[in-house]
Amino acid sequence: MTTTTAAGQQTPAPLTARDFKGKVDPDWCPGCGDFGVLNSLQRSCAELGLRPHEILVVSGIGCSSNLPGYINAYGMHTLHGRALAVATGAKMANHRLHVIATGGDGDGYGIGGNHFTHTARRNVDLTYVVMNNQIYGLTTGQISPTSRDGMKTKSTPFGSVEMPINPITSAIMNGATYVARGYSGDIRHLTELIKGGIQHRGFALIDVFSPCVTFNHDNGHPFFKDRVTKLEDEGHDPTDWKTACEKAMLWGDTIYTGLFLQVGSQESLDAREPVLDDGPVARSPLGLTEEQAQGIIRRMM
Amino acid sequence: MGPAKYDLAIGIGGEAGQGIATPGDILARIFVRRGLHLNTYNAYQSIIRGGHIFLTVRISDEPIYTHGDQLDLLLCLNQDTMNRHLNLMGDGSRVVFNADSITPGEVNPGAHLCPIPVAELTQSRNRLVQNTVAVGVVASLMGLDFQVLEDSLRLRFQRQGEAIMTENVNVARAGFDYAQDNFEPFAESLPEPAKPLGVWAGNDAIAMGAAAAGVKFYAAYPMSPSSGILHWMALNARQLGIMVRQVEDEIGVANMVIGAAATGTRAMCGTSGGGFALMTEAVGSAGMMEIPAVFVNVQRAGPSTGVPTKTEQGDLWQALGASQGDFERFVVAPKDALDAYNTIPELFNLVDEGQCPGIVISDLLISEGRFSFDPDDVDMHPPIDRGQLITEHSAANGYQRYLDTETGISPRAVPGTEGYVHVAATDEHDEDGVLISDEFTHPHKRRQMVEKRARKFLHVAKAVAPPQLEGPADADVTLIGWGSTYGVIKEAIEQLADKGVTANQLPVKWLIPLNGDAIAETLSGTKRTIIVENNYSGQFARYLRSESGFAADGHIRKYDGEPFMPHHIVNGVMEQLADKTEIYVPYQEVIV
Repeated sequence: MTTTTAAGQQTPAPLTARDFKGKVDPDWCPGCGDFGVLNSLQRSCAELGLRPHEILVVSGIGCSSNLPGYINAYGMHTLHGRALAVATGAKMANHRLHVIATGGDGDGYGIGGNHFTHTARRNVDLTYVVMNNQIYGLTTGQISPTSRDGMKTKSTPFGSVEMPINPITSAIMNGATYVARGYSGDIRHLTELIKGGIQHRGFALIDVFSPCVTFNHDNGHPFFKDRVTKLEDEGHDPTDWKTACEKAMLWGDTIYTGLFLQVGSQESLDAREPVLDDGPVARSPLGLTEEQAQGIIRRMM
Repeated sequence: MGPAKYDLAIGIGGEAGQGIATPGDILARIFVRRGLHLNTYNAYQSIIRGGHIFLTVRISDEPIYTHGDQLDLLLCLNQDTMNRHLNLMGDGSRVVFNADSITPGEVNPGAHLCPIPVAELTQSRNRLVQNTVAVGVVASLMGLDFQVLEDSLRLRFQRQGEAIMTENVNVARAGFDYAQDNFEPFAESLPEPAKPLGVWAGNDAIAMGAAAAGVKFYAAYPMSPSSGILHWMALNARQLGIMVRQVEDEIGVANMVIGAAATGTRAMCGTSGGGFALMTEAVGSAGMMEIPAVFVNVQRAGPSTGVPTKTEQGDLWQALGASQGDFERFVVAPKDALDAYNTIPELFNLVDEGQCPGIVISDLLISEGRFSFDPDDVDMHPPIDRGQLITEHSAANGYQRYLDTETGISPRAVPGTEGYVHVAATDEHDEDGVLISDEFTHPHKRRQMVEKRARKFLHVAKAVAPPQLEGPADADVTLIGWGSTYGVIKEAIEQLADKGVTANQLPVKWLIPLNGDAIAETLSGTKRTIIVENNYSGQFARYLRSESGFAADGHIRKYDGEPFMPHHIVNGVMEQLADKTEIYVPYQEVIV
């Protein structure tokens, strides 16, 4: 459907979240936190006026990584842990795409941990939404890199003796320029955080408490709903990284959600790359010009 | 009959950090500018200072395919070089060394010692000037005009300032004059200057081939002996509009390349065996998502970290079996630098049409060797065929990314194109791209998709012709090699002719598709077959047998880290013709 402007130009009609519904319905367990994340992401795309063909959603492997199949956008459902690497390649080849990476805590902070560190430091202009349920769900319940000390799972029947990673402080230390935490039980708030991440020019992490109702009985909605406290309500300054780290470390009666840090001064990788001055390499003509060809040969003589 | 071919080999030895590359580079540049053919091989170790480095520079007025069998001139930059190599210097050879610090050992009859009193000639405290003095001596022995050397030195040192440039010219002059007065030059004079040639390493050729093919995305993690491709790409990236990325590991490299390729960009990565091991899961994902991408494996001696600076053809089966599951890929092993250049655009056209991964198997010998090339032989504008690629917007509905067609090829739309939104998944999927792996698996659809991908590959692979015999069809011996053994077999065949043995060669370049039946047919008319390969277990021999049922009469194998020299193959053929052995393993005389 299109509308015609006064100037006679046809512009596409605004899309709603419903227009971003994918070909199939999610196969997540009833009550899974990921439904709220998908809903927020679809709303974000609609509210920002994005078109499905301009978006590429890249995921790895895990329950949450099935998300690209459930959203009306270009998608890549890639190998376990490799979403950020694939997304970086796609973004640097065609930086006009809105590239959104989605996945879980095991995928992103465990097997994909190396890419997480380096994608953050490079400040690749990606939006990375991690559905953090503190458990491996698709493999039927083992500890993940964010599982709490002492947690009992199938792989830790006597309780985990490892400390969890803190995605927020890790991302800040690694150089991410937009670091937020959301809760899938608060779709309105999460939508604002994701929209902010998509609009941010640089690497945006939105770590989302997305409870696994089947395998993680320690950190379900009852655990989070009375603890989560919005940073915005306390007047947190997202340019203050030290306070951001302090607040990200809190894990008790109060657990903060919201935008911890946003750095505006660091250019994203595509902006720093002179090769992209003439537009995306994905759209540049393939062969060599005569001048380029002669230059190459001259330098080899 | 015309005059005998001019053929001279220089060996330069010293330790890492002594500046061996500089005299080697100066001489190489002088030779190719004169139109001489050049083939160099650098034997070195994984060390930045110390160890033993030995650079062989062979030149001729006719095309040459190896660094040769023997040295005519040995330039010793340290005592170790003298100790290791003097015994290999034969009648008529020259041995140049700094008499202040190096003492010769026992000399073979007819070899000429050329000691240089470096301190007396230079009065310099700079240790590196001995190299330039030596270059002056070599120029004199070879009968070069000093002016040619001076011009070359000025060009080489101009960036380092007037003082350094002048010092180098002066000490080269001192060495040149001293040699004129004291040493007998080679009897054979240098050929008259001819059309200038260029010089490249195999890695340069691979990178240039990629640039000509329209590669706009290159990623790598540094790894010997493949890093030369990364260096060329990085240096030329801005001029050619190529996105070049050094990535945190090879897993990231391969997946980044697949992400770039998914947007419709021609994308490539390079590594060696260890890095390729990390890439293998991604190779399979390119197969499953039907994304064309090229992976270059520059082999070094393995397994594991192996011998990082030595050559081998030990990764054939790694390439054939890279990644879990049953899927289609092209695998190609270029036979020399120019062939590597031509292979990259050819492979990109195939993988674009077949929407599948392609693997290039090179090795240290051709990737790090430096060779002359005639710029007229290099087609900088090879044909580019993207296959069925959709980049224009459409209002049509119902696009199926993995549509099952007669050929198995599904038109490929890329992200950013309106009207073709879809998901590419590493899980099995139906024609729509919807997963059939989790919620509802579907055996019939699974079978359909497996067969679609296989049919697609067979359709595209038909374009690859089987290898052809080179040389007389009724030869006494047929030598079969793959990849980089092409040149050394070619020269061995010339030498065998001198011994009255006629031989021909079947050079195999395409490993997948191999065309095994056609090879068996070709070989059915031969008299005696010997497979030559740079590994222990006969990886190619076993693969050929599995694909064609053909078993060779004999084998020549080498797995000591050093490449074959022509006489190694000649000796192996003679021993096998005398029925002394079925598997001949040559002895490596040059200890480096």
